[in-house]
Amino acid sequence: MVEFQDYRSPVRPTWCKGCGDYGIWNALKFALSELDLAPHEVLMVSGIGCGSKTPDYTHVNGLHTLHGRSLPAATGARLANHGAEVICVHGDGDGYGMGLGHMMHAARRNLDITDVVQNNRVYGLTKGQYSPTSPEGFVSKTSPQGAIDRPVNPWALALAAGATFIGRGFPADLRHLVEVIKKAIQHRGYALVDVLQPCVSFNRAYAYDYYQPRVYKLEEESGYDPSDRAMAWERAHEWGDRIPMGILYQVEGEPTYEDQVPVLQEGPLVKQTFREWTENDFEALRSEFI
Amino acid sequence: MATREMTFKIGGEAGQGVESSGAGFAKAFARAGWHVFGTQDYYSRIRGGHNFYQIRVAETPLYSHVDSIDLLLALTQEAVDRHCDEVVPGGGVICEECLEVDCATLDKRDVSYFPIPLTDIAKEQGGAEVMRNTAALGAAAGLTGFPLEVMASVIEDNFRKKGTEAVQVNLRVAEAAYHWTQDKFGEGFDYELPRIEDAPRRMVMDGNQAIALGALLGGCKFVAGYPMTPATSVLQWMATHGDRYGVVVKHTEDEIAAMMMIIGAAHMGVRALAPTSGGGFSLMTEGLGLAGMTETPVVVVEAQRPGPATGLATRTEQGDLLFVLHASQGEFPRIILSPGTIEECFDAGWRAFNLAETYQCPVIILSDNFLANSVRTIEKDALDFSGVHIDRGQLLTEKDLDALEGEYLRYAYTKSGISPRALPGHPKAVYQATGNEHSPDGQLTEEREPRRLQMEKRLAKLECALTEMRGPVPYGPKKAETTLVGWGSTYGPLRETVDLLTEQGESANMLHIRDVWPFPADAVREALSDAQRTVMVEGNATGQMASLVEAHTGVNIDHHIRRYDGRPFSPQYIMARLEEV
Repeated sequence: MVEFQDYRSPVRPTWCKGCGDYGIWNALKFALSELDLAPHEVLMVSGIGCGSKTPDYTHVNGLHTLHGRSLPAATGARLANHGAEVICVHGDGDGYGMGLGHMMHAARRNLDITDVVQNNRVYGLTKGQYSPTSPEGFVSKTSPQGAIDRPVNPWALALAAGATFIGRGFPADLRHLVEVIKKAIQHRGYALVDVLQPCVSFNRAYAYDYYQPRVYKLEEESGYDPSDRAMAWERAHEWGDRIPMGILYQVEGEPTYEDQVPVLQEGPLVKQTFREWTENDFEALRSEFI
Repeated sequence: MATREMTFKIGGEAGQGVESSGAGFAKAFARAGWHVFGTQDYYSRIRGGHNFYQIRVAETPLYSHVDSIDLLLALTQEAVDRHCDEVVPGGGVICEECLEVDCATLDKRDVSYFPIPLTDIAKEQGGAEVMRNTAALGAAAGLTGFPLEVMASVIEDNFRKKGTEAVQVNLRVAEAAYHWTQDKFGEGFDYELPRIEDAPRRMVMDGNQAIALGALLGGCKFVAGYPMTPATSVLQWMATHGDRYGVVVKHTEDEIAAMMMIIGAAHMGVRALAPTSGGGFSLMTEGLGLAGMTETPVVVVEAQRPGPATGLATRTEQGDLLFVLHASQGEFPRIILSPGTIEECFDAGWRAFNLAETYQCPVIILSDNFLANSVRTIEKDALDFSGVHIDRGQLLTEKDLDALEGEYLRYAYTKSGISPRALPGHPKAVYQATGNEHSPDGQLTEEREPRRLQMEKRLAKLECALTEMRGPVPYGPKKAETTLVGWGSTYGPLRETVDLLTEQGESANMLHIRDVWPFPADAVREALSDAQRTVMVEGNATGQMASLVEAHTGVNIDHHIRRYDGRPFSPQYIMARLEEV
């Protein structure tokens, strides 16, 4: 049995006291250990930002990459070893800003990757600039008169791009977040988990006090069917007095990208031994050029 | 006696099948026992413009194209206008009567004019207008006495995918044009290209194919790329062969993703390659640094084309040498190979992976459009398939890791700078790879000492890799008055220049630099020590290799021949410039 403690690293986080990243970090460790996934079976890929340091604070295989680029790195890793559980962990600047294009492609490819986005709606590590999910009018160091840009809607974008699992959690409701992440990991295909992450240093207006009274769970809404795309589309745009979380959308049984690559049906690429080339192979290769 | 060496030029618009018929013709000559060098020249568009394919044919091995042509197959007026002047005395021009040709001038220069109703012949045989290219090839074969059955075998191969009907029509068109031309102009052309009896079967290959083949045999299992001329055919070749030989090929959303995917794949333990050109490589530069920092063995093929920006999208240049050498912020080891021949491309294709895994750093194979897309005949055994070996360097096996005592340190300090590498997936080797500076266990650090030591560790690998860098390849007499120096794709044109100079009684030799970084300074200095007068020939405006040679060897290059008009060097171009220097 894998224990929560198995993910414990001697390195302590450098996050601010009260940061939502602690909750997300713990939720990830709970989810992985409760699913009986051992640290060596998991590859945690991150980008750049406070939250992208998560693998550094976790006893797990980590690949801490570049700003915005964790998804393609995760894609390459997954194609090379689809026996590994690949999880991306990165922030909104990383995932919805610089990496937004990669997210669209990861979603439409439906690789079996879990994509956890720590969405604090601000740039924290660079100390307080507005992010792609900051609301219109958001005053920050790079938007002193208030942001003119309208915020991106990650749920709607993921749905439009063809994601087969779309969820949301809030670290103050840790158990719920753990369950959403577990379902995302168990989902076969690309799974986005948008996490409402309070940033107590640079975005106090949208921290615990803001979300606590607004969030509600879709699974508690009578009649809500997460396999209904039209319903999902409508709820994806709900943001204000009520903010939905839980599983917005899930379609099961869609083939993953890995399922459809003939070479991968022989098993993970990295486990496939180098081909023993024969004279027949050589002859076949040469004959193309003759 | 009829001339038995010649250059064909097929000129026409994009969409007229100039490239495909050129490539088919090249293969036909090879099958008939001739040595071939084929190169294409085209505009970046799908229709229209002016393209040509040039095929040089001889009984002895060829290394370059030449500037003069013997038989022009002009499919458009523009082809007539642009290329008639290039036809040598004794040569000929094939085109349709409806095109305007200055017969008087041709006549004065002793160039024969062969008006042939190519389109009518194609149509009479039930073919489409576009099959005039097949008719032109049939006509050329008829003029030169080239065996029709060999041409037919290539037509069959090329059109098989399009169905029996396509094969049959093209065969009929070729045959009709062949006979029409023989009947009308049978004895009128003093070139002869019969089948060479008992000639060995040779392969016709371009640089991209050779690199891809080398990579495939060298255990490459993952290729990620975005189409970009002139590197696209590496991606395509791998895509065509992947399923059969166990390679996963991913056409990515952009080159940033391509680089990140090969990093992810290589990190997990798979030999991974990304082919691109300078523009795509520009997007890859940040990722290149990540591979350097995380010590991930990736291989990139950078087939150069003229920049900056889009530059000349379908043409050639050697302008990215210093760029690939310095790309990405900070200092980290990388290895750069600059193959110059089909054989060297093949070797680079597999050797790059051994170097990447041994030194745990990115390796760049620097090619260019001329090398990437020109075909040459090589002997069937010229590429040493069974000589390919796989050396994964200090890669820990599952058994090694089972026996591991104590903590695994992915970035352990070692004298060579090479730290034994474990692939993610073993319970005893759970570690972080990060683009941040890190301590030996892979954990992020900002402290002075580990930073200094990790920098020194990484850079030490370069010193080690230097021992594997091969010195320049010489050609010609050991001592000579003039030593031509080049790198990459200039090998062929320089070699033929040396031959031409030697024929003229001049004293010349050459040096070809093939392993560029870490710069084999001692070997280059040693090779240059006998040179009396050096002339650096390179395809860029600022003398990038010359500056490397001078900086690292202290030897000054005496003269420079540089080309940056997007066209490849030819022996004639070099000869003409040599007279000036």
